Amino acid sequence: MPTQAKGGTRVWQRRERGRQLAIWAGWFFGTFIFLYCFKLISDKTIWFFVTDAGRQAADLGVRMVPPNWSYINELWEPLWDTINIATIGTLLAIVIAVPVAFLAARNTTPSVAVVRPIALLIIVASRSINALIWALLLVAIVGPGVFAGILAIALRSIGFVAKLLYEAIEEIDASQVEAVTATGAGRGQTLTYGIVPQILPAFAGITVFRWDINIRESTVVGLVGAGGIGLELNSQIMELSWTSVSVILLAIIATVVVSEWVSAKVRHAII
Amino acid sequence: MDANASMLRLERLVKRYPTGDLALKGVDLEVPRGQVMALIGPSGAGKSTLIRCVNRLVEPTSGRIYLGGEELTRLGMSGLRRARRRMGMIFQEYALVERLTVMENVLSGRLGYVGFWRSFLRKFPQSDIDEAFRLLERVGLDQMVDKRADALSGGQRQRVGICRALIQNPQLLLVDEPTASLDPKTSRQIMRLICELCAERDLAAVINIHDVMLAQMFAQRIVGLRLGEVVYDGPADGLTAEVLTDIYGEEDWSATIQKDEGAAAEEDAGEPAAAETLRPDERMAGLT
Repeated sequence: MPTQAKGGTRVWQRRERGRQLAIWAGWFFGTFIFLYCFKLISDKTIWFFVTDAGRQAADLGVRMVPPNWSYINELWEPLWDTINIATIGTLLAIVIAVPVAFLAARNTTPSVAVVRPIALLIIVASRSINALIWALLLVAIVGPGVFAGILAIALRSIGFVAKLLYEAIEEIDASQVEAVTATGAGRGQTLTYGIVPQILPAFAGITVFRWDINIRESTVVGLVGAGGIGLELNSQIMELSWTSVSVILLAIIATVVVSEWVSAKVRHAII
Repeated sequence: MDANASMLRLERLVKRYPTGDLALKGVDLEVPRGQVMALIGPSGAGKSTLIRCVNRLVEPTSGRIYLGGEELTRLGMSGLRRARRRMGMIFQEYALVERLTVMENVLSGRLGYVGFWRSFLRKFPQSDIDEAFRLLERVGLDQMVDKRADALSGGQRQRVGICRALIQNPQLLLVDEPTASLDPKTSRQIMRLICELCAERDLAAVINIHDVMLAQMFAQRIVGLRLGEVVYDGPADGLTAEVLTDIYGEEDWSATIQKDEGAAAEEDAGEPAAAETLRPDERMAGLT
C-alpha cells in the first residue's frame, strides 16, 4: 500500500519499500548478467579481426566499384523470377490461409474443441519455420528452381496471413452479423454479407504487406538454390566478381523500394 | 389464423445464461396483431434477451414462443430461417453493414428469400429493388441509395435499418433500443416513423426502450420488466409513480409523469433543427 500514515499526514509513494528494493535488485542483477555475458563473448572474439573490420569493408567497397553495369542485362530474368516467386507464392498462401483463418477464428470455427486447434497448429507450424529453411527442405524434395522458391514462400506466408486474418475476424462487430442473421439469411449469406465486408480492408492490407515482405524473402531463397536473383548473387560471390555483386545488390534495393511504394499505394487506396 | 389472434405469444419463457444468470424468469406475454408494445425496464432487466429469444438469436432455456400459430421454439435450422423472414429486427446501434451501400443494406433484408449466388452476385429480383426504392423514398432517403452506410448520420442509419427490417415484409417488428444512440429530436422522429409504418402495415411491434417518456408518447401498451419478470402490463397513462418505482426502484418520478401530460403538445419544440444532420462521430452528443 503506497499510502502510509506518518504522524497525522498521509504520505504517498509510488511503490512500497519492499517492492522498490526488489526493483533495484532486479536492475543490479540485470547489469551483472550483461557484463558477465559481454566478458564471455569478448574472450571468444579475435579482436584483431574486429579492429580490422573497417579496412576490410573499405577494401570490399573499393573492389565493388565501379559496378559492372553491362551485367544488368543478365539480371532481368532472375529479377522477373524473383517477383514471380513472391507474387505466386503470396497468392498460393492466400488460397490456403483464408479457409484456415475462418477455421481458426473463435467466432467462425465449426468446432472450438477439434477444428480450431488443428487450424492453429497449421498456423504455428508455418510461422515457426523461416522461408530459407523451407527452401532448403523443398530444394531437396522438389529439386532446385523457381517452383521450390514459390512453395517455400507460400508455406511461410500461410501462417502469417492466416494469423492476422483470424485476428481480424475475431474483432469484427458482432451486431452486424446478428442483424444479417436476423433477416433469415443462411450461413453462406451471413458470411458474405455480415463478415466479409468487415474484414475486407484488413485482408487487403495483410495481403499487400505480405507480398512486400515476400519480395525481400524471395531474393534470399535463391541462395540455397530456390531460383530467382539470390541464385545469381550466390554464384557471383563464389566467383568473387564483386563488381557484379554490387549491381545485384543495387537491383535488389531498387526492387524492394518499388514494391514498398506499390504496397503503400495499394493499402492507401483500399483502406 | 383469424385477425384477432395473437401475433406473438410467449409462454413461461425462461433464459438462463451459461454464467448462471437468470435473465428471464418465466415470462408470459401476448401481443395481438397491429399492436405497438413498449417494453421498459432498467438495464439488465432482460429486455434485450427477451426480444432476442423471439427470433432465437439467443436460445431460450425453456418455455414456448408462438409467432402467429407457429411454435418457434420447436423449429429446426431451416424452419427457423423461414420464420425469421417474418420478423424484422431494428437495432440500437443500427447494426448496418458499415462498408456496404445503403441499397445493399436494405436488400440484405431479402437474404432469407434469395439464394446464395444471387445474393453474392447482388442479382436481386427487380421486385425487391422496386420495393427497396419505395421504402427508401418513404423514409426520405431516396437520394442516399449509393452512399456507404458509414457515411450517414445516426438518424439516417436508423432509417436504413427500418427499411431493412420492412423489406422482409414481416408480421412482427422486434425493436431493440431504437433511439438510444440518437438525439432527442431524431429519437422522436424515428419512433414516430416506426409507429406510422406499423399502422400502415398492420404490424405488431415489441419495442425495447429505456426512455419512459418516449414509450408513453408512442406506444399503445407498456410492459414493465424487472429482473426478468413482468411487473406492469397496461396502458401508457397507467404509469404512476408507484408503478415506475416498482419497475425501476425508488426515485422521484414526478417530473417524468408531469412532462408526459404536456408531451404531445411540446414534442419537437426546443430541439435544434440541425440535429438531424449530425455527423456519425457527433451522434453520441445527443444521447438521451
